[in-house]
Amino acid sequence: MDHRPQAWGRPRDDVYGAYDHSYFQNTGPRQATQAPIVTGTSVIAIKYKDGVVMAADNLASYGSLARFPDVKRLRVFLDSSVIGFSGDVSDMQFLDRHLTELSIDEAYEDPSSDNKGHLNAANLHKYLQKFLYKRRNDFDPLWNQLLIAGFDGDAKPYLASVDLRGTSFTSPSLATGFGSALAQPIMRRYAATEEDAAKLTREQAVEVVKECMKVLYYRDARSLDRYSIAVVTKEGVELKEDEQLEKQSWAFAERIKGYGTQTV
Amino acid sequence: MAAMFSQNPLMNGPNYSFNDAPRTAAPEGARQHRFDPYTDNGGSTLAIAGADFTIMAGDTRLTSGYSINSRYHPKLFKIGGTTADQKDATIVLSVVGFAADGEALKERLDAICKMYRYRHGKPMSVKACAQRLSTILYQKRFFPYYVYAILGGLDEEGKGAVYSYDPVGSYEREQCRAGGAAASLIMPFLDNQVNFKNQYEPGSGVGHALQERERKPLTRSEGEILVKDAFDGAVERHIEVGDGLQMMVITKDGIEEILLPLKKD
Amino acid sequence: MFRNNYDNDSVTFSPQGRIFQVEYAAEAVKQGSVVVGIASKTHAVLVAIKRNAEELSSYQKKLFPIDEHVGIAIAGLTSDARVLSNFMKQQCLGHRLTYGRNMPVRTLVDMIGSKAQINTQHYGKRPYGVGLLVAGVDDHGPHLFEFQPSGMTEEMVAFAIGARSQMARTYLEKNLEAFADCGREELIRHGLKALKESLVQDRELTIDNTSVAIVGVEKQEDGTTKPQPFKVYDGQDVSAWIESVADNAEAAPAAAEGDGMDVDS
Repeated sequence: MDHRPQAWGRPRDDVYGAYDHSYFQNTGPRQATQAPIVTGTSVIAIKYKDGVVMAADNLASYGSLARFPDVKRLRVFLDSSVIGFSGDVSDMQFLDRHLTELSIDEAYEDPSSDNKGHLNAANLHKYLQKFLYKRRNDFDPLWNQLLIAGFDGDAKPYLASVDLRGTSFTSPSLATGFGSALAQPIMRRYAATEEDAAKLTREQAVEVVKECMKVLYYRDARSLDRYSIAVVTKEGVELKEDEQLEKQSWAFAERIKGYGTQTV
Repeated sequence: MAAMFSQNPLMNGPNYSFNDAPRTAAPEGARQHRFDPYTDNGGSTLAIAGADFTIMAGDTRLTSGYSINSRYHPKLFKIGGTTADQKDATIVLSVVGFAADGEALKERLDAICKMYRYRHGKPMSVKACAQRLSTILYQKRFFPYYVYAILGGLDEEGKGAVYSYDPVGSYEREQCRAGGAAASLIMPFLDNQVNFKNQYEPGSGVGHALQERERKPLTRSEGEILVKDAFDGAVERHIEVGDGLQMMVITKDGIEEILLPLKKD
Repeated sequence: MFRNNYDNDSVTFSPQGRIFQVEYAAEAVKQGSVVVGIASKTHAVLVAIKRNAEELSSYQKKLFPIDEHVGIAIAGLTSDARVLSNFMKQQCLGHRLTYGRNMPVRTLVDMIGSKAQINTQHYGKRPYGVGLLVAGVDDHGPHLFEFQPSGMTEEMVAFAIGARSQMARTYLEKNLEAFADCGREELIRHGLKALKESLVQDRELTIDNTSVAIVGVEKQEDGTTKPQPFKVYDGQDVSAWIESVADNAEAAPAAAEGDGMDVDS
């Protein structure tokens, strides 16, 4: 027995090895995010003739554990844009606070009530791209991929993505994570080009997005059947945050073989 | 057993994991960063200088891994105009490699050209712009912009000028250059078709007697056809190249932009 | 000149509650030659009288572009104006880089306002000896702002600063109602007429001593508006406008309208 009270309850070096200072310290080199911890899965979005539809489920996973089943991952900005977050949830919450600050500043800069002259989705996307790119340059990345939906300076529907390295791009439909493999091919059937997207009605776009959310729930093990869906129009943002996946059919599951216990 | 009851762990008994216990050696070496700040977004670029024009070209596909992120993401940027729409620009920059670095590089060079115009009341020459671009790249020698840049315009005499760069700023003026994913596919084709490499006068003899085919600058339409052929070839053999071909032709009358379709598979 | 104990620095109030150094700086503005600015629903114009120190010297510039959507007219110390101008240029470039849009004019003016105010509250500093008229367009349309060395900024419909500017302001006040619906040519003529009011007896507007700058929004064919970049006109480019406000030209303004339009091309 070691009678020094400091030693009580401490792991012994001959059993566990010497204490590794790098895991818990207040001094020394600052630790940046090494990997995402609590994560959100895919966000998907598609443009249609007078706006953009975006959806993401309400789950935040801790590895393979469905840790927080009621986390809203779509965020409205200045009543005119929507941002969808996938990736690390704490970084999402940090960005959310930052965006709140930005929108307050923006409201002060331009106190007029006609909603003109505010940051639009294109401006917001540019800003977030700069923000995430700076953090990657500092080797302190925000572990997210974001979709930004709204309107650009010419009042045309706008949809763009930016990720943890600051890579940004636009497309008639976009999806992050698993969605880029599962949902994007489905959405591209309806909106392969900007011209195709400009022909879609709101109802069609919502239908496609719901279909994609269903496919994602079938095949993405880190997904949930409760989700948020946002429709951005010139009039503003309609956000529903507690939707339930409808008309699921798991009949296809019977035909899947080779993973489970079945013998034939 | 005696060691377990030792009052003096530092002598021979077991040590405990105190925060201040001296560490003999790093447990498994230095802890490594898992974050890789770079990706390759694929795509290819190409530039040909003519007698009184320059053609810049690039495909518009943006990939990450096997995914196509966007089918229309331009790699060609007009630089140094007075307004945001770059209507009166005379220089074109193409960037391929890591798209975010490419974007940052473009905006930096453009801002510098705008400040130059503000201070000196005249636009930057291609030569000056080319030198400045090299400095910008070299300033980040130890955390480079991961891009292969090509700068195109017309020189002081009105001749087509193409400057090509490596990611850390080495540069030279050339007749033509291909960059990016399919550079190794396109460049030999260009060597043969623009600089007439491995082409000889028929019947001029063998060995040292062989006469190289005389080099002469391409016409604009020949150049454009060459660019289209080069990209059709690259699309066929490289998965990261495709979707659209963006071409900018710089002449004394300004910059003409041409968009052509490429295979989307 | 008149002196007292309270004008050695800009941090000490006089017993009457005045800060003399700031008031003296305002006097410096009145030493500069006159500049006039007017805003309508679609345009903002700046017009200025340029001075040459002596017959043999060139004329001192009065109008400066800041960014594509905003520019300034200066009255007072030109070198102080350059510091502010450089600052504004940097801010506009930075804003464009981070947000991809024109900096709102009020935001920009507030920035130089805060910057100038600091100089009036810190020991050892000197207020800027220059007044500005800032003309620009943003999402809310055209704007005209006045800036004073005290850090005061205010949005104006029309204003004049500089030597003998009271005469110009009287003209502007008389015609105040007309400005809102003026087109670009009409607005310039109002500006030049106001400028003429401020001229000393035997001087008149010439192509050498007159500068004109315009910024505005233009209605597109599809009904949307597009900013028309800030542009400064000097020399021969302003001759048609000067002729159109010449004393003998008042009778036939319709003909002058046509002449003025040509300048724009």
